[in-house]
Amino acid sequence: MFEFLVKRLFTIVPTLVFVSMLIFGLQQLLPGDPAMILAGEERDPQVVAYLRAKLHLDEPLPVRYAIWVAGVLQGDLGESVRTQLPVRDLIAQKLPVTLELAALAMLIALAIGIPAGVVSAVGRGSAWDYGANLLALWGLSTPNFWLGILMILLFSVHLGWLPASGYESPLVDLQANLAAMLMPAFVLGNAIAAVLMRHTRSAMLQVLGADYVRTARAKGLRERVVVLKHALRNALTPIITLGALELGTLLSGAVLTEQVFTIPGFGKLIVDSVFNRDYAVVQGVVLVTASAYITLNLLADLAYFMVNPRLRA
Amino acid sequence: MKKPFCIGLAALLLALAPVALQAQTLRIGLAEDPDVLDPTLARSFVGRLVFAAMCDKLLDIDEKLAIVPQLASSYEWSADGKTLTMKLRTDVSFHDGEKMDAAAVKFNLERHKNMAGSNRSGELRPVASVDVVDGATVRLNLTAPFAPLLSVLADRAGMMVSPKAAQAGGANFGTKPVCSGPFRFVERVAQDRMVFERFANYWNKSAIHFDKIIYQPIPDATVRLANLKSGQLDFVERVAPSDMEALKKESRIKTARITEIGYQGITINVGKSEQAQKNPLGRDARVREAFELSLDRQGLAQVVMDNEALVGNQWVAPNNSYYAKNMPMPKRNVERARALLKEAGVSNPSFTLMTPTTSDAQRLALVVQAMSRDAGFDVKIQSTEFATSLNLADKGEFDAYVLAWSGRADPDGNLYSFHACKQPLNYAGYCSAETDELINKSRAVRDPVERKKLFEQIAARVIKERPVVYLYHRNWLWAYNAKLAGVRNIPDGLLRLTGLKMN
Repeated sequence: MFEFLVKRLFTIVPTLVFVSMLIFGLQQLLPGDPAMILAGEERDPQVVAYLRAKLHLDEPLPVRYAIWVAGVLQGDLGESVRTQLPVRDLIAQKLPVTLELAALAMLIALAIGIPAGVVSAVGRGSAWDYGANLLALWGLSTPNFWLGILMILLFSVHLGWLPASGYESPLVDLQANLAAMLMPAFVLGNAIAAVLMRHTRSAMLQVLGADYVRTARAKGLRERVVVLKHALRNALTPIITLGALELGTLLSGAVLTEQVFTIPGFGKLIVDSVFNRDYAVVQGVVLVTASAYITLNLLADLAYFMVNPRLRA
Repeated sequence: MKKPFCIGLAALLLALAPVALQAQTLRIGLAEDPDVLDPTLARSFVGRLVFAAMCDKLLDIDEKLAIVPQLASSYEWSADGKTLTMKLRTDVSFHDGEKMDAAAVKFNLERHKNMAGSNRSGELRPVASVDVVDGATVRLNLTAPFAPLLSVLADRAGMMVSPKAAQAGGANFGTKPVCSGPFRFVERVAQDRMVFERFANYWNKSAIHFDKIIYQPIPDATVRLANLKSGQLDFVERVAPSDMEALKKESRIKTARITEIGYQGITINVGKSEQAQKNPLGRDARVREAFELSLDRQGLAQVVMDNEALVGNQWVAPNNSYYAKNMPMPKRNVERARALLKEAGVSNPSFTLMTPTTSDAQRLALVVQAMSRDAGFDVKIQSTEFATSLNLADKGEFDAYVLAWSGRADPDGNLYSFHACKQPLNYAGYCSAETDELINKSRAVRDPVERKKLFEQIAARVIKERPVVYLYHRNWLWAYNAKLAGVRNIPDGLLRLTGLKMN
């Protein structure tokens, strides 16, 4: 396991370098002059020229990349040209929000998706199975922004139970924080729960037909033990992979959900920055997101070892 | 089983419900997140809304676009129009306790003019130097008479920041701005909120009735309105026109509409690049006239803006005192349009209409396409993301371009940069020595009657050439808590906080 871990850690560095080059290169392909859009409505030629110089837009691409990497290696991700706020501070503001939203959404998704998948597989063809499938179909086919707006209308406008949008830090006011996060987390979790349910169901169906499950039953083990201890544990490997990927997607920002509920997370930040051609922010945020993705995949690999003894050999 | 579950859910949700907001806090929903909060560097319209809480200006405008005093108690022009002397209030201090005096005004105007990246330097270009006459008097020396200067000083170029804080903050002053307005900056969480608290030493503190102002950027108009309806916000700007009708039935909500000082139009490439000559629309003024005559402005305003706009054919709205009455708005006349095309020798002119990807602009392009087809035009719509469209417009790689302008209080702000030769916003590439001469005269003359005559002469030339086909002037649509009193409808679309109170 140690050898595996070391190998994986060594692959992380070239991956990150490649990702950073990709982010930088792709961004330059965006049409439009960033200085023009950043110069605002007036577009004073002097301001445009100043911004071009400030952003090193007249330098060749490799030079610009080198300037950026040199800054990153010193912990300086630059500053937003639009708001003057340092990118590091923006990430520090947004990352906890995104992490919390992702964690809550994943918690809701796991709490709904896995039990529903197990129940559906065990009771294949029963009313429970149809019910769970219906739930999954609902989750998959409901657009996030639509569900979000409906929830706002019901819980905020009509019932007045929850705030329609916004965010409060849990360190300042935990109650207000949970009130603000409940609806967006549910909207996001609902869609992931559906995917998790479908995968859990198919993985469980495969495992429940395996020889060792038949053997376990023949040994006289209780059905509950067979399902939860023998079948589910083996079925979890693909679900962990999927969960890690979904979590990675959540970390890169749930753009529409963040937009509807005005959650100041990564997704909203990236989208706004792309439209405003605020390159430093896009680069910084994507780099952090890519690092998080890679770390999550590494953690998923480690989790395989925990749940599947055969891999430890 | 079902009932206890529902009660449990309701109890959970109620437990999470936020504590009732204090009456002394005013929460305002914005359509966008502003850019940097430094009046020298600021570039966005929405930023001007936030500055209204924080930064007072030398002058301001009222409901009728008249210039009124703010930090300057009075002003006087020299006979030759090359010197503006301003008397300042003596009871004003900045949020950091520093005194707002003539030296501070000189510092600020020079900062606006000289700071790297300043967006105000162009506006203040006619100001050659600033003299401190005494502690409460400044003199602005101009290179040439410049009538629009007062309205420039009634916007961001007239905003005064604390010299001490500006020197300490340097280029990053905008992260912790210090001005002299009714509320002082507390914190900004990008894309989430900007918090301001009441400034105890404000010179006009008796007119301020809130302890705290929170601006929250909420880009989605539906969600913004939902926040108002649920009581999370007290005021929202830029309500979707389609929501205005339904809001009439809401007893707890009031609405306001103000015709903007800007406009929505279609800019035509008449000389920006060689492409202008390749298309009959850019080449021949008769084709442009035919295009205008094929459009029904009221129909456009109805479909695109739910009638929340005032149709117009000039850079100022028909209700503006500088509207040139000698160039009235033509009615749709398809027969005349066809005749003009025949006269120009083109029966089915084809051109590309570049449009940003916003839903309003897209709808506008579609209706224009359908209307102009009746006269024989073949309009191809090119939806282009805004940054890209600006770049193409700047290079002259377009035939026609759907473009809006937020407007300035003085007509010069809607005219000079767009129609004087080689100006940065002159995407049409229109250039005429005679028009330039008239525009320059209109900038030098202060007498409103004489200025109006000059604007009529300019309109007679520009409107005839049609480098921009002006369509309508949108309404700023506001919705707010019915208990909120003192909302003033100033045409620049910026909410003034002075006098606002919650009953």
